[in-house]
Amino acid sequence: MKETVLRVAGVSKRFGRIKANEDISLTLGRGEVLALLGENGAGKSTLVSILFGHYVADAGTVEVFGTVLPPGDPAAALRAGIGMVHQHFTLADNLTVLDNVMLGTEPLWRPFSRRTRARAQLVEIGRRFGLVVDPDARVGALSVGERQRVEILKALYRDVRILILDEPTAVLTPQESEALFATLRGLVAGGLSIVFISHKLDEVLRVSQRVAVLRAGRLVTIVDVAEATKERLAEWMVGRALPRVTMRAHQRGDSACALEHVSVTGGASAALRDVSLKLHGGEVTGIAGVSGNGQSTLADLLCGLRAPDAGTVTLNGVALRADPRAWIDARVARIPEDRGAVGLIGDLPVWENAISEHYRRPFASAGLVRRSAARAHARRVIERFDVRGGGLDTPARALSGGNQQKLILGRALGGGAAQPDDFVPVLIVANQPTWGLDVGSVGYVHQRLIDACARGAAVLLISDDLDEVLALSDRVAVMHGGRLTPARPAAEWTRNALGLAMAGAGELDAA
Amino acid sequence: MRLEARGRVAPGALIGAPFVAIAFTLLVTAALVAWAGAPVGRTYALIFAGGFGSRFAWSETLTRATPLILTGLAAAVAFRARLWNIGAEGQLYAGALAAVAVGGLREGTAAAWPAAVLFPAMLVAAMAAGALLLVVPTLMRTHLRVDEVVTTLLLNFVVLLFVSMMLDGPMKDPAALGWPQSVALRDDLALGKLIDRTRVHTGLVYATGAAFLLAFVMRSTTFGFEVRAAGANPRAAAFAGVPVDRTLFLVAALSGGLAGLAGAIEVAGRTGYVTLDMSPGYGYTGIAIAMLAGLHPVGVVAAALFVAGVLVGADSMSRDLAVPTYIADVIVAVALLSMLVATLFARYRLRLR
Repeated sequence: MKETVLRVAGVSKRFGRIKANEDISLTLGRGEVLALLGENGAGKSTLVSILFGHYVADAGTVEVFGTVLPPGDPAAALRAGIGMVHQHFTLADNLTVLDNVMLGTEPLWRPFSRRTRARAQLVEIGRRFGLVVDPDARVGALSVGERQRVEILKALYRDVRILILDEPTAVLTPQESEALFATLRGLVAGGLSIVFISHKLDEVLRVSQRVAVLRAGRLVTIVDVAEATKERLAEWMVGRALPRVTMRAHQRGDSACALEHVSVTGGASAALRDVSLKLHGGEVTGIAGVSGNGQSTLADLLCGLRAPDAGTVTLNGVALRADPRAWIDARVARIPEDRGAVGLIGDLPVWENAISEHYRRPFASAGLVRRSAARAHARRVIERFDVRGGGLDTPARALSGGNQQKLILGRALGGGAAQPDDFVPVLIVANQPTWGLDVGSVGYVHQRLIDACARGAAVLLISDDLDEVLALSDRVAVMHGGRLTPARPAAEWTRNALGLAMAGAGELDAA
Repeated sequence: MRLEARGRVAPGALIGAPFVAIAFTLLVTAALVAWAGAPVGRTYALIFAGGFGSRFAWSETLTRATPLILTGLAAAVAFRARLWNIGAEGQLYAGALAAVAVGGLREGTAAAWPAAVLFPAMLVAAMAAGALLLVVPTLMRTHLRVDEVVTTLLLNFVVLLFVSMMLDGPMKDPAALGWPQSVALRDDLALGKLIDRTRVHTGLVYATGAAFLLAFVMRSTTFGFEVRAAGANPRAAAFAGVPVDRTLFLVAALSGGLAGLAGAIEVAGRTGYVTLDMSPGYGYTGIAIAMLAGLHPVGVVAAALFVAGVLVGADSMSRDLAVPTYIADVIVAVALLSMLVATLFARYRLRLR
């Protein structure tokens, strides 16, 4: 047995009635990669927050190199050699790599900072672990993969012995993920120990030596990867066999929506450059790509939130004005990327959120809300779309993420119709529809999209998750730097080709 | 130490918050009263008696509450839409000035109109003046991103100086022996008395009527939904098709109009003319009242009665005891702060470590 560097013993943590962690014990050996596998809400984040001293456990201890950490003290965790790379980077875009790495490591009272020494040290660390980044580059100018390297360098500079990576591949292209895995192998060879948090089975099997599976706050099992298969892991993770999305045969219909040479410049979101795309009824068109490359601008266009600066966007041959109401009235079902900030008005009750897209028509007359009709519709949406965890008058923010998404689905796909199940949208714009959902809800959302498509709706699926795009789409296009590749049948794409296109290699061909 | 959002906010906690806040306020101000060397219990008893203890006390409290209900509503409706109208004081003065301009200036020409026409025209002019003072800063916010807290607050001083100019200039009352005072409103435009031999006037009916009307609008109309949606989450409201900028524009007209109406009703019901001290900060006090009421229009009536009672009671108490009448301002201010903290704790719980 290798030397044990981290020992978690009997850790429990409750938030109100929810047991986030219950009697979790595990160890991490020197030079080992331990994967923490679990669905969203399984307790992974709580556990690492306790490791890192952000939370105080109700019971149990964390022991690093044989000494028990004082609870609730992130500084002590850092001193003991625990470092963390968050999913959302904590870097200052305006500063250089060197500044970011040094930030917070020097005492405030020292009049001069020791940059020369720090730079030499940084270059040495980079050389030793094969993490090459220009110390003088501005972080804002780096790619996502490079920023992640800076985060890792930041931890190594602080002489971290145990590195915690929170969903590190969520923002990377397949090729960047490969580079990360190579880096991790280098770190482990150099004597570091790594806790790798993920809910993706493939990568867990590839990078780790042992896998700890969490479910509903409990540790289900810890296994060597040699003894694990994808199916076993999935079953441990979910607690049952996975629901399978049944694909219905659907016929490609007429063109429902067309973008022709659309460009968007300026504004807060990323630009679009000369994008052309046709969406057909009865067909799922997937847009793959690393987020931030213009996908949200594309979604904004098709949700009626903004108008193109050049080119035309037409729905059934008609150019609609940039007004959400016009698009809702034209039977466009819109599922926004950010459930909490854009999809729902959290302080308002479920019933008002269920009709918020149709509060004027049909649920009002002469300026008065038809309360009983509106509430009856909301009740139908809740039933038909299986929204649980609250009644009509519960504030929407009190629902879990999965139920919030079902409420949005019901509002959008139901179209305010008397029979929400029978309504067929012309177009469904689904932007990251399953982001952060548990596996059960993911299956539900996918099934609803597929069913609507089979009934004739055109579906635009925008997702960071390549597996999701490939599983659901009839045709796939890739977005990079505001440009969109032509949409090709999903079967014609290889993973490698997709990865290259996501990294922008397609543009070289075009140039 | 950190704040954690409560998963579910108990409705009882939100209703109980103002009472807890007021109890805490009385506790804090008790220390100040004791510091002034006065007996705490007797001071509070005198304030209560002066505000609510007799027919006369009630009549004075109701008179004082009338403009406070309207400015409280002005703040409540604006704050519900997250439009931070700090300018109700200036809007009230603008309304008062507009009322006198329509109903008092050049009595010869104005007299040609019968009161039945001139009275509504006077109210409309007052509301339009108040509305204008808030609509412009609101447009500056929606189109130029100028912070309305700054513009509305500073406009108060601009309006006061403008009023001062008018009172010493075109609207000066020649019969006022040099006092800065406007010409008087025509006699037949004055509001009737609600209770005989008191100062309570029918403006109280207008104010409470406005409160119930506003409560209905906020709860049951599409406009009310738009206001609540645009205030709670403007991005999500816009996504769902609520015209957020237009909603803010209408809210501004409504809020400024209510504050302007307060000015007209003060002139028509109580003073009869405009002076520079006709409002002892009714516009600012309206903010505290709206917060105490949890921004609910009917709650505003109750909160305005409480605050008016404290103001009137403190005046009467200070005649008997060596506690300055300013204790009332302290009570109102502390009540506002306590209310903010109380609602915070209704929504969040404090965790040590």
